[in-house]
Amino acid sequence: MARITLEGIAHTYDVRSANAALKRLDHVWEQGRAYALLGPSGCGKTTLLNIISGLITPSEGRVLFDGKDVTQLPTEQRNIAQVFQFPVIYDTMSVGENLAFPLKNRGMDRRAIKSRVAEIADLLGLTEELSRRARGLTAEAKQKVSLGRGLVRADVAAILLDEPLTVIDPSLKWELRSKLKAVHRALNLLMIYVTHDQVEALTFADEVVVMKDGSVLQVATPARLFEQPEHTFVGYFIGSPGMNLVAADVEGHVARVAGHAIELGAHYPKVPAGSAVLGFRPDYASVVPNGGVPVQIRRLEDLGRRRLARVALGPHEIFATVPHGVPIDGAEAGLTIRQDRLFVYVNDELVPGDRR
Amino acid sequence: MSVCLERVSMVSIGESIISDVSLTVERGVMNVLLGPTLAGKTTLMRLMAGLDKPTSGRVLVDGTDATGIPVRERSVAMVYQQFMNYPSLSVYENIASPLRVAKLKSDEIDRRVRTAARLLGLESLLDRMPHQLSGGQQQRTAIARAIVKGADLVLLDEPLANLDYKLREELREELPSILREAGAIVVYATAEPLEALLLGGVTATLSKGRVIQCGPASQLYRRPEHIESARVFSDPPLNEITATKRNDLLRLSENLIVQAVGILAKVPDGIYTLGFRGDMARLDAPWQDSVSLPGRVTLAEISGSESFVHVETALGTFVCVERGVSMRQPDQSAVLHVDAARVFVFDRTTGLPVVVKPDS
Amino acid sequence: MEKSLNNRAWLMVMPVFVLVLFSALLPMMTVVNYSVQDSMGQNNFFWNGDAWFRDLLNPATEIGARFQNALFKNLSFSLVALLIEVPLGIAIALCLPRSGWAVGPLLVVIALPMLIPWNVVGTIWQIFSRADIGLFGAALTGLGIPYNATQGAVSAWCTIVVIDVWHWTPLVILLTYAGLRAIPDAFYQAARIDAASRWATFVNIELPKLQKVLVIVVLLRFMQTFMIYTEPFVVTGGGPGSATTFLSIDLVKIALGQVDLGSAAAMSLVYNLITLTLCWIFFTIMMQLDRRRYA
Repeated sequence: MARITLEGIAHTYDVRSANAALKRLDHVWEQGRAYALLGPSGCGKTTLLNIISGLITPSEGRVLFDGKDVTQLPTEQRNIAQVFQFPVIYDTMSVGENLAFPLKNRGMDRRAIKSRVAEIADLLGLTEELSRRARGLTAEAKQKVSLGRGLVRADVAAILLDEPLTVIDPSLKWELRSKLKAVHRALNLLMIYVTHDQVEALTFADEVVVMKDGSVLQVATPARLFEQPEHTFVGYFIGSPGMNLVAADVEGHVARVAGHAIELGAHYPKVPAGSAVLGFRPDYASVVPNGGVPVQIRRLEDLGRRRLARVALGPHEIFATVPHGVPIDGAEAGLTIRQDRLFVYVNDELVPGDRR
Repeated sequence: MSVCLERVSMVSIGESIISDVSLTVERGVMNVLLGPTLAGKTTLMRLMAGLDKPTSGRVLVDGTDATGIPVRERSVAMVYQQFMNYPSLSVYENIASPLRVAKLKSDEIDRRVRTAARLLGLESLLDRMPHQLSGGQQQRTAIARAIVKGADLVLLDEPLANLDYKLREELREELPSILREAGAIVVYATAEPLEALLLGGVTATLSKGRVIQCGPASQLYRRPEHIESARVFSDPPLNEITATKRNDLLRLSENLIVQAVGILAKVPDGIYTLGFRGDMARLDAPWQDSVSLPGRVTLAEISGSESFVHVETALGTFVCVERGVSMRQPDQSAVLHVDAARVFVFDRTTGLPVVVKPDS
Repeated sequence: MEKSLNNRAWLMVMPVFVLVLFSALLPMMTVVNYSVQDSMGQNNFFWNGDAWFRDLLNPATEIGARFQNALFKNLSFSLVALLIEVPLGIAIALCLPRSGWAVGPLLVVIALPMLIPWNVVGTIWQIFSRADIGLFGAALTGLGIPYNATQGAVSAWCTIVVIDVWHWTPLVILLTYAGLRAIPDAFYQAARIDAASRWATFVNIELPKLQKVLVIVVLLRFMQTFMIYTEPFVVTGGGPGSATTFLSIDLVKIALGQVDLGSAAAMSLVYNLITLTLCWIFFTIMMQLDRRRYA
């Protein structure tokens, strides 16, 4: 068990270029919590994971495990376990031997190994496969074995997972997600999970670290990321469809968009023209037949369990929900937005208003 | 303009891949083939294109028999799941390649390439090489190449499946209008029910080489004509319960007998498979007419706008959809309330719907 | 994906068929012809049935004894050569760097012995192994080891083995190196995280992943050693006595030296059949391994 501290970490692959793979960050990973590193390709999440695991030595900064500086230590001395995108197992050994391998190499006695292997196999649902050759298993089972090899070591500091569900059949992903959560609850380990898929990150993690272009944009619980994104990219990236971001003139309690006034939920200082963006999720914006801000209906989308409308407010295209049972016909309608879910962003960052 | 498959079957290496399919696709509407992997979507598209010959049946293009005619002599363009671009040609040259093969004049080629590039938002990328582009941009290049030909039939085989979900969303938004501009017959294969609903148009549900139902997407969604069609058109997967009705009572298992309410009150006695989608069940409160099952939460899959909550009950594990970010934790106990007014009732043996109520 | 059948493709293959016919099939037919006939002088042939074959396979006859002797030499040579070359090649391949500027030059240097024409290899070693002017011969005699490639049977035998190892281990090295490079880094990282020793990493990761490559390597090397001709011919001429008389050398002696066409033809056919059979066995094993892998 360990808490991992990153102090002033930054990394550039190519010293000559101005682009840092990872911009300066400080973060503490608490023992026993599940984290997800979420972001599009190239955002630096895998680099960050590799710095923690020891595959990369950062250009700047220190990595501390429980206060001890491990920055220069190689992977095998850091006492972590890693699960890769594709299953890494020893073909010639059985499942049981695979799981026992790390313990055998560390000189544990046979009976202790046997009981530990049985314990972990039970946790992962592999008890029946223990004597089977690892080579003939399905992709899901192989990934479980990969994970199991990391879990058998009782003193392991952290488990790092690099997009582990990549090779799993989509209809079976939920099973492995469920197992990962069960493992976390049972063993109370620090787990760090890298992914570009919001469902994986939000399902798995207690806290999600959203990254883009080498910077950490927000670290928060899944609920908070959804309800109060602190950066326009977070609002856009999480949620399907993402947050509506509309340029507006903000002053006091009112935002003006395309000539229409929208009441805000808080008081804001005057923002220079062209800098402010109003953000609100389609989930909290409704299309109504009468009232609200007048908009033109561009397209109605029937998604089965909910209906979305693509509407135009002046030159801006906005997604909104059509509530159940509300008939919308014609090209004109009204838009209402929940006030407490209206956010103002300046230079992409959230500006907290004064909620008096 | 239309392409028609008439009682087409395809047998390969002793296995029946397509069985007795009759399907017509027309211009002016998005034709969607919806089905899980290996349902036969790719094979059907290859038959329409002329890449394969059916074992039996005919392929008619505009009424004339085109069954034996190879694809080279037909006017077809195809977009694949794996973004297929010529790696050694620039984006411009990639898009221009079918026109160069057709030996068009340079200024005509230039005009068409630029129109297609503009449509797909690639104007600033024309000089780049495919490996310098993101996945979404590569797929856009492939789509541009498909439409620049002006082919009569454009086939897209799960074109968004390999993209990150955000890129998928973006491209999916733009595709209907782009393809409408192309003016061809468009056939789009997908495994995701959501895509079929978003694209609209005419959807055909496929399963194990057969077309089960064909019609407007919303209609197929709300009025499945067979349980298999409901299964294909559900995400999360359709929850199913076997129930025997006798005298106002519903036997769900050896020990579980409930009152037959809602729709269930109106069906005659017999053995049925009840199917309900994730949004037809919830955990907080019962519906006006509910069938309630106590259980335990095993997983909450959160995607932000909604969450899929897996609940293990005595009758099996079911998935219900909750709005927003779910706070449910594994091992919490919960009661699953199924809306008996909206549940689908299928005959256990035939799979045909018994009473289908219109959605409110 | 099924490609459409295009019968015109056969026309393009025709010229190759014709060439193979003339250069391989027709001569082969001639050999078969000779093997079932005997001649009493110039161009006077009469049918001999399977007499040559029976003689050949009967160790009591002179030709039978020679055949057995030579066959035994071939098989033991192949075995010894393989036992040395394969582990040595793998060991060297493991030592090569995985990346960096040194890789290119190293591979070229390693490949050099393979690029030398085979009879030149023989000539090089003929001189090299001489006790008076050759470094190898001089060094060995200097160390007090009684070594004479042309007159000592054991020395001659060992020299041929050394030549083959020198000449062909590079092939093993290159193929093994390519196989090793194909192993993703993640496996090595996992082994490090599991605190596996170097030997354990070799046995559990590298060897299993090299399986397919090794089968090809062993197959290739076995075939080549079984058919060896040029090097022993140049260096020892098959001697001293019959110490290094392999099947191929014996065949030539009988066919061209003694003009015993019938025996020679029979021998070459049997030789061919043995080679084909062993080839087929290896191939089947390889296919079985393939099938098991994907079970």
